[in-house]
Amino acid sequence: MKERIITCINCPMGCRMTVTLEDGKVTGVTGNTCKRGEKYAMQEVTAPVRMVTAVVPVADRRLPVSVKTREPIPKARIQDCMAALRQLHLSAPIEAGQVVLADVCGTGIDVIATRTVS
Amino acid sequence: MENIIRKQLVIIGGGPAGLAAGIAAREAGVEDLVILEREHEAGGILRQCIHNGFGLHRYGEELTGPEYAARDIARAQELGLDIRCDTTVLSVDGDRRVTCVSRAEGLQIFEAGAVILAMGCRERPRGALGTPGTRCAGIYTAGAAQKFVNLEGLMPGRRCVILGSGDIGLIMARRMTLQGAKVLACVELMPYSSGLNRNIVQCLQDYDIPLYLSHTVIDIQGRERLEGVTVAQVDERRRPIPGTEIEFDCDTLLLSVGLIPENELSLRAGVALSPATAGAVVDDALQTSVPGVFACGNVLHVHDLVDFVSDESFRAGRAAAAFLRGEHPQGETVAVLDGEGVRGVVPQRVHPGQDLTLMFRPAGVYKNASVVVEADGVEIARKRALVFTPGEMVALDLPAAKWANVHGDLTVRMEAK
Repeated sequence: MKERIITCINCPMGCRMTVTLEDGKVTGVTGNTCKRGEKYAMQEVTAPVRMVTAVVPVADRRLPVSVKTREPIPKARIQDCMAALRQLHLSAPIEAGQVVLADVCGTGIDVIATRTVS
Repeated sequence: MENIIRKQLVIIGGGPAGLAAGIAAREAGVEDLVILEREHEAGGILRQCIHNGFGLHRYGEELTGPEYAARDIARAQELGLDIRCDTTVLSVDGDRRVTCVSRAEGLQIFEAGAVILAMGCRERPRGALGTPGTRCAGIYTAGAAQKFVNLEGLMPGRRCVILGSGDIGLIMARRMTLQGAKVLACVELMPYSSGLNRNIVQCLQDYDIPLYLSHTVIDIQGRERLEGVTVAQVDERRRPIPGTEIEFDCDTLLLSVGLIPENELSLRAGVALSPATAGAVVDDALQTSVPGVFACGNVLHVHDLVDFVSDESFRAGRAAAAFLRGEHPQGETVAVLDGEGVRGVVPQRVHPGQDLTLMFRPAGVYKNASVVVEADGVEIARKRALVFTPGEMVALDLPAAKWANVHGDLTVRMEAK
């Protein structure tokens, strides 16, 4: 049996939750005040995900364009995602919402622009 | 030759507050209005806040800063609002004369029927901290570093210590790390962080960046460029404890030690400020002590969420429109006072018996507690929550019906269970 301590991020309560695991399966969550906490703790110990946001240079423009993953990606892939974005060369025009890098690192999730560069 | 222009409404600042105020004023029938913005495009601080988490209350989704700003800018364009960028306001006076300067138009003076102050806030700088040590390069406020990284694509350094654990500092810890810098530590004077749990987890813990609570920077080394900082633990009176020093070999120190409403223009206009908020004293219509001059957003009091800035600024825009129609609330006002555990209630003066939103910060952490509003010692409203913290502004709606027959001053206080 393994235990992991997770701080809940859903509200300012910041409950410190203890998750017990057996063979990689969650067997219990304690310390949470609400249902959202339990759900977050389970997700966090089994398949944690994060949004990634960054900026990418645009050819012949002084300002870079801001981008984000359309959905959260697995937390373990953040650095790979950043490395892929560093290889990216973009040129204007770019529309906010436009895919700038499809299926980043095989996650099935696109990186899209969050600003329009005309 | 002075260039004097009559306007119904002049809005100072084209960030989220100014945009929302302009949109609401136009929707309420103000045709002749101008928004003055000193940067080269509207959007304010949201332009450099490329992370997500904006708009959860207003739109039910988590937008990035540029996406949130783009929605207001699109609406402003739809309404044909006149937004003058690259225009710096030099002064506002008590007769609502706004003097500004721009490359395109030179010096201009607007004579306005009403003015909305929406200048936002700025970061507390190093000079306000009294941190000893040399005056070398490599020391930035977290927001300045954010501007370099996110808007200019420049890195301010490679090895970084962050003083203060406000949200901007935490966000920059992650940002610097993802851009290849090494963030050695986040150092917080208080025994708790003022940042959101979400940011402690996702910006520090995710990257194994240590958070030193009850610690501060006691020395800064380096001649031309920062070469290192000395951090020490502090006692309960915030004095460094000898023997607890930790040396960090770093080239960059980022400061995230608080935000201050930017009220230099307001002061010159004769607007009275509140010591509790460092923003204007306002009535229930968000009108300052100078008739026809309104304030909203971070220049009025520092918010945590842009959604609340927008909401407040819509109200300011509608109030300015009502003032221009001669429909401003008249008559006696009562004071709204900070009671026990409450800091900086806005608005500070109200006309009795109206729908009202009161906003403030709790002075400490209260679990399983209530906010109580009293008039002459009699409870007229109460809001319960599992937790109230100084890091999260409380908004309390007081419907007109609840205080229709009240005449005395209101007091807002916290009540622990």
